[in-house]
Amino acid sequence: MNNHLQTPADLIQKKYRAELSSFRDHITLLFNKEFILEACQILRDDFSFEVLVDETVVDYWRRKEPRFQLVYQLHSRQHDERIFLRTSISEDDPNTSSIVSIYPNANWYEREIWDLFGIRFEGHPDLRRLLLPKGWEGHPLRKDVPIKVEETCFTFNYDEIDRGKPRAED
Amino acid sequence: MPIHHEVTSVTLDEIKNLVSDRAVTGETILLNMGPQHPSTHGVLRLLLELDGETIITCIPDIGYLHTGIEKSMEGITYQQAEVLTDRMDYLNTVGNNLVYCLAVEKLVELDVPPRAQAIRVILAELQRIASHLVWLATQALDLAAQSVFLYCFRERELILDIFELVSGQRMMTTYIRPGGLWREPPDEFEDAVRDFLGHFPKRIKMYEDLLTKNPLFVDRTKGIAAISGKEAVRWGMTGPSLRGSGVDYDLRKVKPYSGYEKYEFDVPLGKDGDVFSRYIIRIQEMRESLRIIQQVLDKLPSGPIRSDNRKFVPPPRSELGTSMEALIHHFKLWTEGFDAPEGAVYVPVSSPRGELGVLLESDGGPKPYRAHWRTPSFANLQAIPILAEGHLVADLVAIIGSLDIVLGDIDR
Repeated sequence: MNNHLQTPADLIQKKYRAELSSFRDHITLLFNKEFILEACQILRDDFSFEVLVDETVVDYWRRKEPRFQLVYQLHSRQHDERIFLRTSISEDDPNTSSIVSIYPNANWYEREIWDLFGIRFEGHPDLRRLLLPKGWEGHPLRKDVPIKVEETCFTFNYDEIDRGKPRAED
Repeated sequence: MPIHHEVTSVTLDEIKNLVSDRAVTGETILLNMGPQHPSTHGVLRLLLELDGETIITCIPDIGYLHTGIEKSMEGITYQQAEVLTDRMDYLNTVGNNLVYCLAVEKLVELDVPPRAQAIRVILAELQRIASHLVWLATQALDLAAQSVFLYCFRERELILDIFELVSGQRMMTTYIRPGGLWREPPDEFEDAVRDFLGHFPKRIKMYEDLLTKNPLFVDRTKGIAAISGKEAVRWGMTGPSLRGSGVDYDLRKVKPYSGYEKYEFDVPLGKDGDVFSRYIIRIQEMRESLRIIQQVLDKLPSGPIRSDNRKFVPPPRSELGTSMEALIHHFKLWTEGFDAPEGAVYVPVSSPRGELGVLLESDGGPKPYRAHWRTPSFANLQAIPILAEGHLVADLVAIIGSLDIVLGDIDR
């Protein structure tokens, strides 16, 4: 780990009692969700992590407590370093602060997370479903939603179609 | 359970905070563009607030091609999941395979022999040209230059023929596999690529003759949807759409993978950040891709085309009849798959559209615990409201085209 990554990682680790882990060449900091806005602000303004590359969720249903981990990936173009931030989110209180005010492109990523994982973002300007239709019930990327089991969206069959026709016998 | 009863249309109430007050009073009109509009490049829907013909607000609505690929990947093994990657960005199938294989290789620490890496680079660059050809064809078609469309698809067919030659498939190749390639490319492969290299520069010149100085084309692209480099970075744009604004960032240079550091090429940069500079950049990129392919061909290494680590890569079929061990490996790999160590990796590559990355998280088993795709079209499309603001509806088709979006890539 070089200096441009070491200094901010140390700072976040100390300031927010973050858990630092490293796998392959990724540096990940896991800390409490209430610090996310502050941490992003510091990383963007003081350490030139000006790009939010990606934001997503991993669901550890029945594996870990708290259940969800939000993954933020920040990129510093100046030093070409990437840092991964993770915050834990519990099942009972699935909401966290939105970082749209710091990174405008978090908008769609957070809408996607709300859509597919059902985690709400406080302070998000437009938290509608992004990918699924608005009448959809549930959040399919959660681990408790089974794979390959799907109810049909359209309930009609040929009987119903025929009933609607003026001369069904034709 | 997921049954949607309501129609999916948006009511004015829901988007009141996104449009101006004049829309609520009825002074400006709200117009729906898409999802079946031919120049939205797939099924993109845009809700436009218009003052006369000028766009005040543009609200994109996506998800019409959502197929739940990330969820499906959680239920199948690492080898099986690769097949789904082709189906996301259907114009960059080789690139999707490449990034997925790089991620798996990083996760399980698998080395790839030099010959496989070189062929991967050739195919990835051919795919970049093919993708840019479709972009050029549709961008020109949107601006009413129909002949360019036909020429571009003619040349793209030559590239697809090469893909068919090596993999048996024109589009969904799945030719790149974790640890190397599916098979040794046939003997005709090198000649076919050389033929294409000899043939194609003239064609690029022809496209340029048709468009670059064409007043009809220039009028509709110069000064349209200009975005500054700083703003483009802030919105997370990548690829030619970012480099059009003069920001020098290409993962092939910054974080070389598959041996890109060995080849000489330039990263073309634009100045104005408008539709025209994005056009010029992609044309230049096709030339640079040709340069890369030429260099790879000139020093194409010989040797194996996949790793001999039998725990992750199946043995050659010829060994199955004679070696018990090979038979066991083959059986284990195709029934159970391989276990990946616990952890998460993120691997980005430079796709024709920008940074394409995959986050693979493993729980130690043979299936990805979570596979998340960071797709370039998704990130670039998000900037369309600021790009379109203040332009005419007629220019919007040029703007959508210049971002080079693929809806399969956005909705996944």
